[in-house]
Amino acid sequence: MAIVETRGLRKEFAGHTAVDGIDLTTTEGEYLVLLGPSGCGKTTLLRMIAGLERPTAGDIVIGGHVVTDLPPRARQIAMVFQSYALYPHKTVRKNIVFPLAAARIPKQEWAELVNWAAHTLGIEPLLERRPRQLSGGERQRVALARALVRKPQVFLFDEPLSNLDAKLRTTARDELRQFQERLGITTIYVTHDQVEAMGLGDRIAVLNAGRVQQIGRPEEIYDDPANTFVATFVGTPPMNLLRTGDRMLGFRPEHLLPLSAVGERPGQLECDFEVSRMENLGSDRYVYGTIPALDPEAKVIAKLPSTISATVSLGRQERYVVAADRLRYFQADSGERIEPAGIPGPP
Amino acid sequence: MTETAVTESAGPGAASARRRRYLLDRKGVLGPLLLLPAVVYLVAVVGYPLVLAIMYAFSDVTVGSNRFDLVGFTTFAQAVSDPQFPKVLANTFIITGVSQALVVVLCTVLAMLLRSRFRGRWFLRFIVLMPWTTPVALGTIIWLWMLDSIFTPFDWFARGLGVIGPGEHLNMLGHDGLAMGSVIAVQTWRVLPLATIIVLAGLTSIPHDVHEQAQVDGAGFWRRLFGIEIPLIAPVILVAVLFGIVFTFTDMTVVFVLTGGGPANATQVLASLAFYKGINGGNLSGGAADALFMFPVLLIMAVVTLRWSARLGAR
Repeated sequence: MAIVETRGLRKEFAGHTAVDGIDLTTTEGEYLVLLGPSGCGKTTLLRMIAGLERPTAGDIVIGGHVVTDLPPRARQIAMVFQSYALYPHKTVRKNIVFPLAAARIPKQEWAELVNWAAHTLGIEPLLERRPRQLSGGERQRVALARALVRKPQVFLFDEPLSNLDAKLRTTARDELRQFQERLGITTIYVTHDQVEAMGLGDRIAVLNAGRVQQIGRPEEIYDDPANTFVATFVGTPPMNLLRTGDRMLGFRPEHLLPLSAVGERPGQLECDFEVSRMENLGSDRYVYGTIPALDPEAKVIAKLPSTISATVSLGRQERYVVAADRLRYFQADSGERIEPAGIPGPP
Repeated sequence: MTETAVTESAGPGAASARRRRYLLDRKGVLGPLLLLPAVVYLVAVVGYPLVLAIMYAFSDVTVGSNRFDLVGFTTFAQAVSDPQFPKVLANTFIITGVSQALVVVLCTVLAMLLRSRFRGRWFLRFIVLMPWTTPVALGTIIWLWMLDSIFTPFDWFARGLGVIGPGEHLNMLGHDGLAMGSVIAVQTWRVLPLATIIVLAGLTSIPHDVHEQAQVDGAGFWRRLFGIEIPLIAPVILVAVLFGIVFTFTDMTVVFVLTGGGPANATQVLASLAFYKGINGGNLSGGAADALFMFPVLLIMAVVTLRWSARLGAR
């Protein structure tokens, strides 16, 4: 268990800046998720922490030691790749033994450690199989056991769920979280999937264009995005953003509700919502349209839970409301969050 | 639509025309048709001479008479009773074995070097491939000059190192051991490029993740090499070795050009012996019998190596 810290970390590839000065500090035993779109630099950041890429500038500190110039094997880390990268010519047992042999752990301790790792992941029956005889979920567990067996200070995960089918991904996500909670090993987890990030992370660092946009607990990221990038990247459907003068008004689709369903409340934003289309997803209804009085250009989505039975009629303007504490404001040019300054009056 | 209408109205003649027109769409027709040139070629230049050689080996045919009598295993018995035969057989195995052992080590090292990124990599790759693109005879003639008894640069090196005194010569092709060494070196030089390219392809096919996983699993260079990389490319190395063994075991050019089998049969191999006996000496049946001694060895090699390769590839 250790604290991982990056100080002013930069990485340039042939004139292109992949990671642009990142300062991050985990806490002990924390589950930190790096979330961002592809090409945001999250994998490069993880690879630098692992020691697979050399930073152009900045330092990496693991457990109080500067490891910037150390090779991966001197860093006390374990990494699970997207492909799991099991050694195809070795049995599961030999895959798990490999890091032990590499760490020059005495041979007589191997069996016990392998059994412990296999038991932790529930893969004892698979030990004599070869990787190609395993399913995707089994491979993931073997990769985890191999990462675990050496008792590393830090786990690094590079999108380990993206090769699993949707159904398996949910259970695997749950297992990953339980696994980490039980061991309490500091974990850095890279993903582009916000559902994974929200579900797994103690904290989430949202990255874009090589920089940290925001770092915080999942609910902070969701409820109080630091800028319009985070507001629109996190959440499906994304936060509605309406331009009013030199600032942007933002609110989550599930907070835009028919007036008839919630009733008049003091301070709430009341507006006419012109509905153009509706999708019924069973548990929710997505209502698409615009609010002409605020920003006729911006597409607005309302997400109505199935518990709200208000009728939605296309092409008509209906009275919709957003609770006052659900409104967020951003600077129109920079996209940065600003504190509320009154509520735009109802038209 | 129009086509259907036409065939329907035109009766059986048009139907057979249509069948001919789509003849090539049938796998049972197109496949054999495409294979035919290769089969004709193989039968003409490999199958026919092989059958001829086997027939000759069981006969008493020579270039000096019209006789062609089947004599059973007599020619083989004669070949084996030749006092040179054990030496020639041993030479063939030693040259093949030692040169291919060198090739396995060197091609792996070279492939590793050529895989890493550095300036001028393409040039080094080009240089390494050169011997492969050179015809065997031409390459061997260059070595013949390099190993000349008087003008060889190796004498100059040996003199510099104090191995031989001034005015002395190594006479590389004139001593048994040095001549064997020279033949082995040239065989290695000749087979190495192909083996390197094959192994390089194998190395490149190892997923990048596996290399990096081994690094984060804490393995250093040697452990990655012997624990991960070499086991993963073992089937590919075996294929390279199979080619190398077949090329070297059956080659007569290097011995023929470099030493002529000398000094005093010290470097004679089965292929060159068969040539000297059968073509130069006119004893066609004797030459054919000598050459046929290579056949079972090659057959076993091919079967064993391909099986092993398939087993490794399947896991």
